[in-house]
Amino acid sequence: MARRLGRRKFLLYGSATLGTSILLKACSSTPPSSTSETASPTAASPSPSATTVAAAGGGNTIKVGILHSRSGTMAISENSVVDAELLAIEEINKAGGVLGKQIQAVEEDGQSDWPTFAEKARKLIDQDKVVTVFGCWTSASRKAVLPVFEEKSHMLWYPVQYEGQECSKNIFYTGAAPNQQIEPAVDWLLQNKGKKFFLVGSDYVFPRTANTIIKEQLKAKGGETVGEDYLPLGNTEVTPIITKIKAALPDGGVIFNTLNGDSNVAFFKQMQGAGLGPDKYPVMSVSIAEEEVKAIGTEYLKGQYAAWNYFQTVDTPRNKQFVEAFKAKYGPDRVTNDPMEAAYIAVYLWKQAVEKAKTADDLESVRKAAVGQTFEAPEGTVTMESNHHISKFVRLGEVADDGLFKIVYETKAAVKPVPWNQFVAATKGLGCDWSDSKKGGQYKI
Amino acid sequence: MIAGLLDGIFNGISIGAVLLIAALGLAIVFGLMGVINLAHGELMMLGAYTTFVVQNGFKMLGKPWSETYIIFALILAFLVTAAVGLVLERGVIRYLYGRPLETLLATWGVSLILQQFARSVSWVLVIGIAIFCFLFFGALWVLSRRPDFERIRNWVIAIMLPISLGVASATGAFLGQTYKLAVTKPWFGAQNVDVTAPNWLRGGLRLGTLQMPYTRLFIIGLTIVCVAGIYVFLQRSPWGLRIRSVMQNRSMSACLGIPTAKVDAITFALGSGLAGIAGCAISLLGSVGPNTGQNYIVDTFMVVVVGGVGKLVGSIVAAMGIGTINYLISSKVLVPMVAPIKPLVDLFEFFGTTSMAKVMVFALIIAFLQVRPGGIFPQKGRSVDA
Repeated sequence: MARRLGRRKFLLYGSATLGTSILLKACSSTPPSSTSETASPTAASPSPSATTVAAAGGGNTIKVGILHSRSGTMAISENSVVDAELLAIEEINKAGGVLGKQIQAVEEDGQSDWPTFAEKARKLIDQDKVVTVFGCWTSASRKAVLPVFEEKSHMLWYPVQYEGQECSKNIFYTGAAPNQQIEPAVDWLLQNKGKKFFLVGSDYVFPRTANTIIKEQLKAKGGETVGEDYLPLGNTEVTPIITKIKAALPDGGVIFNTLNGDSNVAFFKQMQGAGLGPDKYPVMSVSIAEEEVKAIGTEYLKGQYAAWNYFQTVDTPRNKQFVEAFKAKYGPDRVTNDPMEAAYIAVYLWKQAVEKAKTADDLESVRKAAVGQTFEAPEGTVTMESNHHISKFVRLGEVADDGLFKIVYETKAAVKPVPWNQFVAATKGLGCDWSDSKKGGQYKI
Repeated sequence: MIAGLLDGIFNGISIGAVLLIAALGLAIVFGLMGVINLAHGELMMLGAYTTFVVQNGFKMLGKPWSETYIIFALILAFLVTAAVGLVLERGVIRYLYGRPLETLLATWGVSLILQQFARSVSWVLVIGIAIFCFLFFGALWVLSRRPDFERIRNWVIAIMLPISLGVASATGAFLGQTYKLAVTKPWFGAQNVDVTAPNWLRGGLRLGTLQMPYTRLFIIGLTIVCVAGIYVFLQRSPWGLRIRSVMQNRSMSACLGIPTAKVDAITFALGSGLAGIAGCAISLLGSVGPNTGQNYIVDTFMVVVVGGVGKLVGSIVAAMGIGTINYLISSKVLVPMVAPIKPLVDLFEFFGTTSMAKVMVFALIIAFLQVRPGGIFPQKGRSVDA
């Protein structure tokens, strides 16, 4: 066996190859890595004394954490949210920073894996000494980091619409509670599209909780749930659902869609193939925004509805500015959507709270100062309420030819958030108020 | 009643046809060769991406062409995935015949590599890989003509590997610096992309109250064509005969002058090509993303195992059976039939959602395999003597 490598030779060649490749890698990657850290002037500087000052928390920067999935299945959605957060930080830094200091973002990747989220949250708080964290998308990741933030009495800004039924002192929720998205959508459908509802969702916590709320609401308001079905995440076989929809709604009716991810594509493609169009079977979705419309294909979604607080087409001067700034930074073919706007709001509300408290390090004062802050957001003027959720405008949009939404309904004023759902028996009559020490996260109204 | 029955039959067959077309290639490499190919799903994904690329190419050509792209996509998807399969067989699998566990691990690794490849493939990456292959394998090929190649082989590898790696990554870095986003931007990215069916495949055929989507009919037709094609190839062609003989007794076939290595390569390429066609078909139903294949791999293995390893007929029966049972349970059409028996009604109501039906089908399959561990049509294959 002359051809076989001996063990010694193998080790020799192996280490030679490894050494060379590391050398080459180091040579080729040094210049770009230093340019990518433009957000942190001190870290980019080679002098060791400058970096130790920053690590000690002094100097002229304030460190904030950004904790999203940069890899894995959720990266598609969360990457754009990080883009929005970095845009807000850049804008604030350009305008002079917070309390005269520049904001320095410390990014961590949650990898779409919930234990990793908790681990990275701990790291950001203990090791990087950030004063607040902007992050998370799925309810599962939020539930995973919640104990960490409560244990450390720290602060998380959460930017995505969610199922409610939670109210933590340590989290500020800038996405919609159910009464700011799902409930108004159901009301509008009852008034304009019919009384019979079919519920379709992915098989995990958000759709199931949302559908429980919808069923209770329909019962209370004279609608009817004619059927419901859940698809495993990633499944593309929709035939049985279509059979059930046809059986339950032979002459058309409303479909409420809480599917997440790829299943949406299969669902809309096959609905169209089976001849169930938006004229007789209007679908209201709560997880499809501009980014998803682009991926799914406008031709399958045209005429269907979505409920959000913000669309790229919202007609406010502040939104024009936001969309322009975003496209200037990330490219003209990018779109903005609701979670991105909520993340953008979060950074600004935190900044205002810090300025009012005149400190970024004393979290208790920042928390107190955050309540009552108003911000002129792209969606309209929003206010942080005492239950740590914000009042938001509710909007319903119809997918138009260009893949953007035509707004068919919007509230005149911002709707106040109700985290504990008032249609579900278990949480009826419960409220949340962190400004009053006697009330707290769960009290009887 | 008749309409309901027709509806049930059509939907059962349409789910079964998707399962079958996805499982056909696997049935060949697993059934005939005994290779557990966990990268089968990713080969499907490559087929689906090929369809996406062909669609975009034909869109640029204009009207008459953009309506017929699917035909060319099918052919190209077959060729591309067959070529990838060939490389896979020559590069990895042929060293692992008869070692199922190693094959399993190696193909799983390949599946992860292919998934990441789909996410991050860009011009820089492709050019880098091409330069590396050209330098490294080119040097090996040139030097292999020297009479003392065996002696210097290790030195050649030790020298050429770092040089080619270095040149390839330096070129990549240079291109990335010079042209920036134009060459470093991923072709597809992690985001799912969408294949749009041509106009004549949208909508459906109306029969009374039943509407049969054209895409489903197309997939059913495609499945029939593929099954017939494989049957003719295996039973009527000289290569089919060789494949079958190698499958039954490798050493005897080799003694009789059949080039077994070539037969292995052709069989694997054929199986991979079928995965490409399946990928093209499923892109009409859902979206195309790096994880596309993952959603099908478990189902396809179930079809092959239930059908009986080594028998195509078994795969056909199993796919249709699983598809129909899945449909009957998840669409709750069985509920009225068992109306008099309360506990049965409750049972079917409980399992009557798409995700719960999967659980019940899985339980039924486990129960079935207790009775017939070899599947519906058990047969001795090469896995027995390997």
